[in-house]
Amino acid sequence: MHIAHDTKPVLEIDRVDKTFHVAGRAVPALRDVSLDLRPGEFVAIVGASGCGKSTLLRLILGLDTDYQGEVRVDGRRVERPGLDRAIVFQEPRLLPWLSAEGNVAMALRRSGLPKAERRQLVAEHLELVGLTAFADAWPAQLSGGMAQRVALARALVNRPRFLLMDEPLGALDALTRLRLQGELSRIVRHGGITALLVTHDVDEAVFLADRIVVMQPHPGRVAEVLPIALGPQRNRSAPAFLRIRDEVLAMLGVTPSDDQPEEPARTAIRLVN
Amino acid sequence: MIPRPSLPPWRPLLIPLIVLALWELASRAGWSDARFLPPPEAVLRRVWFETTQGGLATDLAASLRRGSSGLLIGASAGVALGLLLGLSRVAERLLGPLFLAYRQVALFAWVPLLSMWFGGAEAGKIAFISLAAMAPAVVNTWRGARDIPRAHVELAAVLTFGRLDFIRFVALPGALPFILVGLRSALIYAWLATIGAELFLNIAPGLGGRLNEGRETFQMDLVLACIVVLGALGIAFSRCAAIGEARLLRRRG
Repeated sequence: MHIAHDTKPVLEIDRVDKTFHVAGRAVPALRDVSLDLRPGEFVAIVGASGCGKSTLLRLILGLDTDYQGEVRVDGRRVERPGLDRAIVFQEPRLLPWLSAEGNVAMALRRSGLPKAERRQLVAEHLELVGLTAFADAWPAQLSGGMAQRVALARALVNRPRFLLMDEPLGALDALTRLRLQGELSRIVRHGGITALLVTHDVDEAVFLADRIVVMQPHPGRVAEVLPIALGPQRNRSAPAFLRIRDEVLAMLGVTPSDDQPEEPARTAIRLVN
Repeated sequence: MIPRPSLPPWRPLLIPLIVLALWELASRAGWSDARFLPPPEAVLRRVWFETTQGGLATDLAASLRRGSSGLLIGASAGVALGLLLGLSRVAERLLGPLFLAYRQVALFAWVPLLSMWFGGAEAGKIAFISLAAMAPAVVNTWRGARDIPRAHVELAAVLTFGRLDFIRFVALPGALPFILVGLRSALIYAWLATIGAELFLNIAPGLGGRLNEGRETFQMDLVLACIVVLGALGIAFSRCAAIGEARLLRRRG
């Protein structure tokens, strides 16, 4: 989806500084971080461990309000968690004593919707993530990928305006991850949700995002913001895709040749293309 | 879990059977005085007599009613207090030390105080049983509620749960394994306290009353019969508790 740049930002992170106090010492976690998200935009944050990506998500969620600067939604400062902002954590965080369906329904506790409508929404969202047949399964019976889909359904069932994701696919095997990236792209874009994805995986960021924010650690700060001018249908082996990926990797201090010992194979793909 | 070599099913019964055999032998050989230690068959005959013609059913029902009333009151108060202590830092700081001090007082030391407050009849007995059942319920629920994972607390915050939803859907089920351990001990404590209350407070129908009667009228077969019944009930209780526990936690991986 292409975003008109004259639309007003719906989520503003405005010169945010966050410092943790560990054993009497001040450890800066975020320094002067600013970032605006426009409606329907998909932004990915990439960076090494310790660059404060997860901390930033906690501030946006309103789980932590002890920081300098401001996080605003529609121009108003975020004071507490709200159902307009949903999150998928790295681990599914399902409640083990509830079925898949029960876990999704938990998100609707505070929705104020009547029971029948809730049941309908839960069923729809389980279908959206392809788990209708597993509605009654317990979390312990689900694979990692299935559990994370339940977590995605739980995040989406309130039809939030913002979907925050904290390395949501990081703990999954490579094949499941690729498949879920495709599903995520379809679901988020189809729903017109504004998404902020934190990830270690540069390929994932290039595959999903409209913009990539590269962060640097100690203290966490924004190093670069890179618009991704690829269409909604992305080919992971297209030259343009690989060029952007290498560019992002270079920003993270990884030279593509270190990372890609199979360079000749890629040249071959380029020739075919 | 460490795999244990499976024992033949009769193995746990080995020692009791040896004891029983020695008992029988001692009675037959005349090593023991039958007035103080009646032979096993006399005890079993007494159990049979009390079950079929005596008032065992009435006494058992009275004890069970008393014990379960106390257990219900004590365990629910205990779970509630444990949750409060585990979930509220303020409550933990204010009430925690008080509770720990209370635990240091031997249970039976409360008997004189409770009998003054509630009398020696039914109310006093049930108050004592409740007090006995409460302590283990508090300790374990407290621990379970304090150990609710941060991830679950955060999830509840993100889903904008209020306090009641948090307790109902996160804290209680999260602490359930600990609560069940507490309830299991509460069951044992309540049963001990039931017999204790029946022995030390006013005489009333109940197994403790029969024990007293046996002692005072010098019927050792009755005393031992009551002990046999108590032992059998104890085994039945812990079996039931174990089955209930397994059922409640079955779904979790």
